[in-house]
Order: sequence, then structure tokens, then C-alpha cells
Amino acid sequence: MQTEELLMALTNAVGPSGREDRAAQIIVDYFTTGEGQSWITGLQRDRLGNIILRKAGFGAHPPRIMLAAHLDEIGLIVTSLEEGFLRFSTIGGIDQRVLLGQEVTVHGREDLPGVVGAKPPHLQQPDERKKALKIEELVIDLGLDADRAASLVQVGDTITIKRDCSPLRNKYFAGKAMDDRAGVVALVECLRRLKDFRHEAEVLAVVTVQEELGVRGAFVSSYGLNPDLGIAVDVTHGEMPGLADYEGFKLGQGPVVVTGPQVHPYVFAKLKAAAEAGKIKYQVEAEVTPRGTDAYAIQVAQAGVASGLVCIPLRYMHTSVETLALDDLKECGRLLAEFIIQIDSGFLEGLACY
Amino acid sequence: MLLKELSALNGVSSNETTVRHFIRDRIQGKVETIRTDRLGNLLAGQGQGKKGPKIMLSAHMDEVGLMVVGIDPSGLLKIKTVGSIDERVLLSKRVLVGPQQIPGVIGAKPIHLQEREERQRPMKLSALFVDIGATDRSDAEKVVNIGDLIAFDTKPDLFGDGLFKGKALDDRAGCAVLLNLIEREYNLPLYYAFTVQEEVGLRGATVAAFGLNPDLAIVVETTSAGDVPPLKKHQASTRLGLGPAISVMDRSVIVHPKLVAQLVAVAEAAKIPYQFRQGTSGGTEAGAINQTRAGIPAAVISIPCRYIHSPVGVLNLNDFEQTINLIDAVLKNIEQRGLPV
Repeated sequence: MQTEELLMALTNAVGPSGREDRAAQIIVDYFTTGEGQSWITGLQRDRLGNIILRKAGFGAHPPRIMLAAHLDEIGLIVTSLEEGFLRFSTIGGIDQRVLLGQEVTVHGREDLPGVVGAKPPHLQQPDERKKALKIEELVIDLGLDADRAASLVQVGDTITIKRDCSPLRNKYFAGKAMDDRAGVVALVECLRRLKDFRHEAEVLAVVTVQEELGVRGAFVSSYGLNPDLGIAVDVTHGEMPGLADYEGFKLGQGPVVVTGPQVHPYVFAKLKAAAEAGKIKYQVEAEVTPRGTDAYAIQVAQAGVASGLVCIPLRYMHTSVETLALDDLKECGRLLAEFIIQIDSGFLEGLACY
Repeated sequence: MLLKELSALNGVSSNETTVRHFIRDRIQGKVETIRTDRLGNLLAGQGQGKKGPKIMLSAHMDEVGLMVVGIDPSGLLKIKTVGSIDERVLLSKRVLVGPQQIPGVIGAKPIHLQEREERQRPMKLSALFVDIGATDRSDAEKVVNIGDLIAFDTKPDLFGDGLFKGKALDDRAGCAVLLNLIEREYNLPLYYAFTVQEEVGLRGATVAAFGLNPDLAIVVETTSAGDVPPLKKHQASTRLGLGPAISVMDRSVIVHPKLVAQLVAVAEAAKIPYQFRQGTSGGTEAGAINQTRAGIPAAVISIPCRYIHSPVGVLNLNDFEQTINLIDAVLKNIEQRGLPV
């Protein structure tokens, strides 16, 4: 599968936080029966559903590097049924304003198509039209009567936005769940590149779950693996009107290497050095809080892990039209591979020498 | 499925060409006369020599959409709405831009970078844009021109139990009704008017009615359904599944009471379910036709549709079928008894 085909298949797949199985199957298939099977030396899943792709290193005491990108997507959850329509709440951070007029899939006894509707505008008072519709004012229309709806859907069923990934100009792609399946595809790209290299480090590429609800998959997988070094691969904001220059990163100008409390300064420096050695264009982001990505969890696993964070610029994050440049994703994979190739036990020893 | 094919076509007001060509190809050889007037209305005639009142059936080909009004230096397209669209439905949607049907998306500022109170107010149209993946203005200009029309990119399909979802059901569903009736024969001089620019002010119907000068016009429309919680029954203008909606009055017209009475009598006699359109907002082509020349009586029969003027509307296929049946029965009634007014 070409990178863009994998990106499209993965972002079209269903996998809200805590219910990542369908999206996970694509990765599992890719590395057990697909072309990825010869790139790794082992695949396992832990009890929360994290997928761990292992590639052995060649040293006597190989440094153990964990890479993490999350598979889960934001979604919705059924809170009640009303005359055949559904009321709902959110899974993860969703701007209530992006939901009106969306098509969704309700994961009831079977997958059911739905439409997010509300009171028609001409029946709203003029002051109502000046306000954003609140989640409580929205309903999901299944086109079913109350009895049929009740026989197919129950409270607690999950809902995902129905959106097929679409290629735009210049190998830009727009779709849902780019956050962070684009990061997952970057991990695949990294492993694709590493297949031709002998590297000292052992690679533990983890496709994590439940990031959107508090990086829960990363907490348990980093504890379980207890790596020497961990790099989270996620998305960061792409430039667009309404954002300051420093808030939005340029699409097509390469991956973003992040510095901040969640990043070990030597790892940050090494990532930049790897980019320069590989002639990879990159951008730098300064982040004041350690929160927001799997790096938050990895850093504090067991007795502490030297962590780093690399991001792919993404416009319109947490909408159903998240947009990125495919090149940034591929270059992100290349940067990770360059970084891994350069890590030896000597680098590890230096990490504690502040 | 005809409705599916029609819904998938793009014809934002003032460029209905694709829809017009589709319909023209479809009715070629089935009608006595076909012509396109200078605004783009497609006018087909049947039973020209027949006695009886001259009837015009009209449905509009155009749909609401957007227009490219500017391209910013980064290659994003600035937009305005064509026809009435609640701006709040635009966020996070897929669209097709211009004659080359370039795929694009309408993005929104990420929730992470918003202040809490920002989420309480709608995004202004002036803050929205279409992203086609252009690297800068000159890259965008290779495939997009100022003035290009933009349509929602929605895949029409069957939905729920006996329903149908898609864009542009207002008024492709009306066009589908006319295409169905055109297959039948009536002992009347009949004109089928597939009109343009309804959504920007009933422009097509105005000249079509003048040109055809009928004795009676029946406008076949799609109208807003309000059977969505938490609305109470009395608040809904129409409801899905209760049959075609007969208009007594809207913002543009008061339908002649004898005409309303005749529609109701025909529906009752033929046991065709019907409902009254209970709201008076929104204009229809009947308003324009009613004011044409020295006055032409015009009725409106509508198919109820939820989420009208949004990327995805929902209608009931039985309402659609019953709309065809009602107009068929009305035409047969006029064949026998002539006009009520």
C-alpha cells in the first residue's frame, strides 16, 4: 500500500477513543500479512489495545527507543433517544459549531447513517441565529421511527463523523482523524525506511489508544516497555487566517520539532541534528506546557524517560476536514529514521549528564 | 434512481447548465417542443393543439451554494453565499469549486486555540474560506477564477426507513416530479418549465411565466420540514410522511382560495394524503408568476424536506411519490372540469 493509500484507508476507518479496533485491524494486517511484516521482528497488543511494533537492534546492549502515535479519533456518544432522534455528548474536544449539517455513522447494533440537525433557522428567533448552536440543541436524525431507533441504538453507543479523505492540490489531503493517524502513518514510513538499515537501537513503535481522553494508552505502554528514550509523533497547528505566525506552522515546509518541558534538551538537539544530517527541512515550535501529546505520559513512565516530540503541521484540527501536506508526513517518517540510526549507547549515557 | 442523479449534479444559481443538459437529454423526443430562453430556463411543451386551459408546471433547477469572491495571498478562497444559507452549516464541509470541480474544504479555527466565548458565537462568513490545497494565490489561480461557483460535495443516498438524503433536493426533487409527469399524457396544453435563479429572487420564473403566458401555474417545490425535536407539532411548517404540502400563503403569494379548495378536493377524492404548509415565511415562484402580466393564478405544492439549504437534506420518498400522484390527479381534474378560477 502506498503511503497515501494507507493514510486514506486509516483516516476513513472508524476508531473513536476506547473503540479503536477497526482502525487497529488495518495496522495489524499491514504488519502481519501485508508488506510491513518483513520490516519488524514482533507485534503485540497490550490490554488497553496499544499495538507495539518491535524491530530488534544490533548492539550488545541496544538503546530502546519508543515511538508513539495515537490511533484514536474524537467522536460522539449517545446520551438519550427522543422520538427516534438521538441526543449526544462528545468524546474528546469538539467545537460544537462544526457539527451542524454533518453526516455521521452511529455504531449501534449495526452501523447506521445519520445527519446532525437542529431547529430550522426560520423558526429561530433573530437573537438565536446570532448564537452558535449548543450541543444540547443538536440532534442526530436516523430517519427511523422511535421503535426502530430504540431497537438498533442504545445509550452509550459511539458515533463518528462520516467523511471520506479527499486529495486536494499539491498532495494535500483533507479528512477526519488525521489527528493522529497521520502520525501513525509516519511511524509506518519510519519502519519502511529502517528496513534497509542496520541500527544499534531497538525500535518500539507504539500505535497508542485513548490519547484524546488523557494520553491513557501512552501511560500504560510506556510503563510496560520502559524505554530509554521516547518520541511522540503527533500533529500541530497549520497556518491559517486567525492564527498568529508562531501558532501555525507552514504546510509543506517539513516536520515540526518541539521544545518545552516535555522534551529532553539533548533529544531536541539530536532531532535537529538528525534533520540536518538527512537534509530534512524542519520547523521549531516552543510549547510552554508538557500537556497535549503522548510525550506527557512517556516522560514520566517508571523512573523517567528522555522524551522528544515531533509534529506534522495540520490545519483545522479537530474538524472533519483536517488538512495536511503528504510530504510533511513522509519527511517526518524520514526524520524519525535518521534519528534512530544515529542513536547509540554513548548517546544514552550522555542523557543524564546535565 | 432519478432523484439520486439529479441531486448529484451541481447547479448553483446562475450556472444551471449541467442540470439543464441532463434534463434536456432526458426529455428529448418525449415532448413536442423544447427551448431554452435567454436566462437559461428550459421550457418543454406538450399537447399544443389541445383544447383546455394552458397549464405551466414549474420546478427550479438551481440550488444554493457559494461564490469565489477573492483569493488571499496564501491561496485560500474567500467566499460569499449564493441564495439563503445559514452560515453556521458551512463549517467543516467538503465542496467542489468552479467548472473544473476542484475539491476543497471549509476549515475552522481549531478548538485548542479558541477562547471559550468564541464557541458561543457563529463564525462570520467573512472569517470563512475554502482551502483547495493551493500553495499561494498564483497556484490557486491556475484552477480557480473569481466568480466561480461552489457547490456542496455530498453523496446522495437512501436513508433510514423510506427516506432519502442529499444536497440540492430543493428543488431537484421538484425537477424529478416534473420528469415523472412528462412521461404521461394529458388532454391539455401543458408546459414544463425547468427554471433558473429561483434562490436569488425567483428570476427565472418571472420571465418563463411571461413568455409562456399560461392560464394557471403549479409550482412544484421542496419546503422546510420542522419535525425535529424539541420542536412541538404546531411549530413545524411541514412534517415528513404526511404527504405533499399545499400552500395557502407564503411571503410572496396568497394562493387563490378557489385554487386551494380545488387541490384539497382533488386530494380528498383521490385519497391522496396531504398537509397544509403551516408557515408563511419563504417565497416561491408562485409569487413571481402571480404578478406576471395581468395576473396568473399560481398554486404551490411542496415536498417536505428537513435541513433544507444545507449540505444534506432529508425527504420522505412516499411524500415524493404522493406529490406526483396529487399533481397527476389535479391535471386529470382540470381535463374534465376546467379551471376553478
